[in-house]
Amino acid sequence: MSALSADRVSKRYGSVVALDRVSLEVHRGECVALIGESGSGKTTLLRCFNRLTDPDEGRVLVDGVDVATVDAFELRRRTGYVPQDGGLLPHWRVRRNVALVPWLRGEPDAAATDRALQLVGLEPDRFGPRWPRELSGGQRQRVAVARALAARPAVVLLDEPFGALDAITRADLQATFLTLRRELALTAVLVTHDLAEAFLLADRVGVLRSGSLEQIATPAELRAEPATPYVRELLERARVVG
Amino acid sequence: MSTAALLLLVALQASDPRPVVVASKPFGESYILAEMFAQLLEARGIEVDRRPGLGATEIAFRAIRTGSADVYPEYTGTGLLAILGERPASDPKKVFDRVSREFRRRWNARWLPPLGFENTYAIAVRRATAERYGLATLSDLARTGRSLRAGLTPDFIGRPDGLPGLTGAYGVRFAEVRALLPAVKYQALAAGEVDVIDGYSTDGLIARYDLVVLRDDKRFFPPYEAAALVSGGLAERQPAAIAALTELSNRLDETAMRRLNQRLEVDREPVGRIAGDALAELGLTAAPADAASAERRQEGSLLRYLWERRGELLGLTRRHLLLVVLSLAAAIAAAVPLGLALERLPRGAELAVRAAGVLQTLPGIALLAFMIPLLGIGLLPAVVALFLYSLYPILRNTYTGVRDAAPDAVAAGRALGMTPRQILRHIRLPLAAPVIMAGIRTAAVINVGTATLAAFIGAGGLGDPIAAGLALSDTRMILSGAIPAALLALGVDGVLGAVERVVRPGG
Repeated sequence: MSALSADRVSKRYGSVVALDRVSLEVHRGECVALIGESGSGKTTLLRCFNRLTDPDEGRVLVDGVDVATVDAFELRRRTGYVPQDGGLLPHWRVRRNVALVPWLRGEPDAAATDRALQLVGLEPDRFGPRWPRELSGGQRQRVAVARALAARPAVVLLDEPFGALDAITRADLQATFLTLRRELALTAVLVTHDLAEAFLLADRVGVLRSGSLEQIATPAELRAEPATPYVRELLERARVVG
Repeated sequence: MSTAALLLLVALQASDPRPVVVASKPFGESYILAEMFAQLLEARGIEVDRRPGLGATEIAFRAIRTGSADVYPEYTGTGLLAILGERPASDPKKVFDRVSREFRRRWNARWLPPLGFENTYAIAVRRATAERYGLATLSDLARTGRSLRAGLTPDFIGRPDGLPGLTGAYGVRFAEVRALLPAVKYQALAAGEVDVIDGYSTDGLIARYDLVVLRDDKRFFPPYEAAALVSGGLAERQPAAIAALTELSNRLDETAMRRLNQRLEVDREPVGRIAGDALAELGLTAAPADAASAERRQEGSLLRYLWERRGELLGLTRRHLLLVVLSLAAAIAAAVPLGLALERLPRGAELAVRAAGVLQTLPGIALLAFMIPLLGIGLLPAVVALFLYSLYPILRNTYTGVRDAAPDAVAAGRALGMTPRQILRHIRLPLAAPVIMAGIRTAAVINVGTATLAAFIGAGGLGDPIAAGLALSDTRMILSGAIPAALLALGVDGVLGAVERVVRPGG
């Protein structure tokens, strides 16, 4: 049984087709990257997994259970989420931000909060009492990752988590994430527009274009056999830039 | 909370023993006559509640009709033309009989027998203007064509026995007509800002500024006999009060009245003393009613003037603060929850906020006037009007504040499983708190300023000396209300600023 699966999922916003019968399986402990241009539907698909978006057609399953049948708030509280901009509550100190989800679940756990900060490489006693505005962009993003992990979720959703960082900081965070997902055996879905990042962090990469899944495969398979001219072009462009 | 406050007010008003409410219109003669009514009633052992300068004809008469005031000095011509809306007539006796009958029939209001003098409109020009254009009569004025500028009271511009009638009867035309408050028109004329004004024939200032009153050679202005206009309620409840007021009938002639007006407008004597002396001279009271008010008027600095009136000003400030606090508390209790609720209904939100904005555009005095038929005069209508005024800034800031609060944090909170309620309570509200407080502070400062207008519907407060000072052209009296009001605005803003620092979120 897959940890996550989307089964012919469609979503329209007015006349715009965001997702067109997309099917996808994510295995337990696997990291799948979704890549595509703006408007390709990659973020919409990600948001279906914790019911930030409900599809018009098709089913989304988590651990084999149709998410339409579970409480959205409960589902989100057991699913880690890292937005691009960190999304830290500016009026809460770092420690309280990290403790958000355990608090929402009614099981506050100070030790788990500190452990999550340590996991992302932030000394709890030094960074815990700080305000978000006192942190660098990279540190804020680390706190956002710690917050996503504090309640020990089985699945983590990341929406362009490192996109707004400078190259050096991004490389640091990518390394941290790589270590974490191996150590914690995380199941993760990562939305990115950076093919190099997708190849670095993910076991498989799904290429979306105009709401359709063009191809989903391992980095090696993609390089060897691009399924469509679009995927081939994407790879060539990434190589030029990279 | 707001409902409770309003109920409390109603209860307070209802439990008052009912003294005779003596009102006046906001000009000197009306103040003097009302004060004479009041002192005469008191001399006859009747309790009095003074509402000097309550408002122009509209407001004062509406107060009589609704029973929120019992008596004020009015003029028969005004009753005939401005209130009944009938055509002018030139026989004083016929006019009096007509208004007596009609007011009693329609509104159960009574005209007591006239006081004995007429105070008709007087069209006045500077002596130099009169000489230059050879003006002695209104017909002469008509011949000047459109060369002179007029400064007329808004009342006169609108009423049929005012400018429209004058234009019809004489063909008078002006280069420009400016609306001027009674308080400033004499200064404006003296300073040459305008060339022609409307005044009253008993105005003390006509002599002071050496003005020429143009003769009404076609007898256009109807007779304006002064008389006490009394509510039906008073006539039925307290015949003794009617008997006391009737003692003044036919006792004042035009010369006597002009002298009293001059003491007020030119010599700046206190109204209480002028009225007391007048009653004593008429043999209606034994001696000046109030020995303390007979003190010589102290000349001196503004500070000294304020210091001498500190007790009275403190009382007015307290009253002012009461108006502000009650109306602001009610507005916060209504607008903050509404603003929070609107965040969830974005479609209705703009509409609701704009509706509150429309209330804001109503001129303060108009909103207060609308309150009179609904709620009478006094504290309650003023608090309701100020409440309506305070809604918009608080509602706008609350709604905008919670809507725009940290969208990234709101999105993240939602993605991690916060309910809309938790997002409102833990993210939007604390982050919007400074913006909401800014709205409350704006409302408070506007409220303190607007509350000065409450004096015009008898709610008291620091507007009392401002309204009276305007009517009497007494700058120090105006400042004795305006300065404490400004300080109060600063003080209220300062206190709310301290509250804002407490509610400001960390980070």
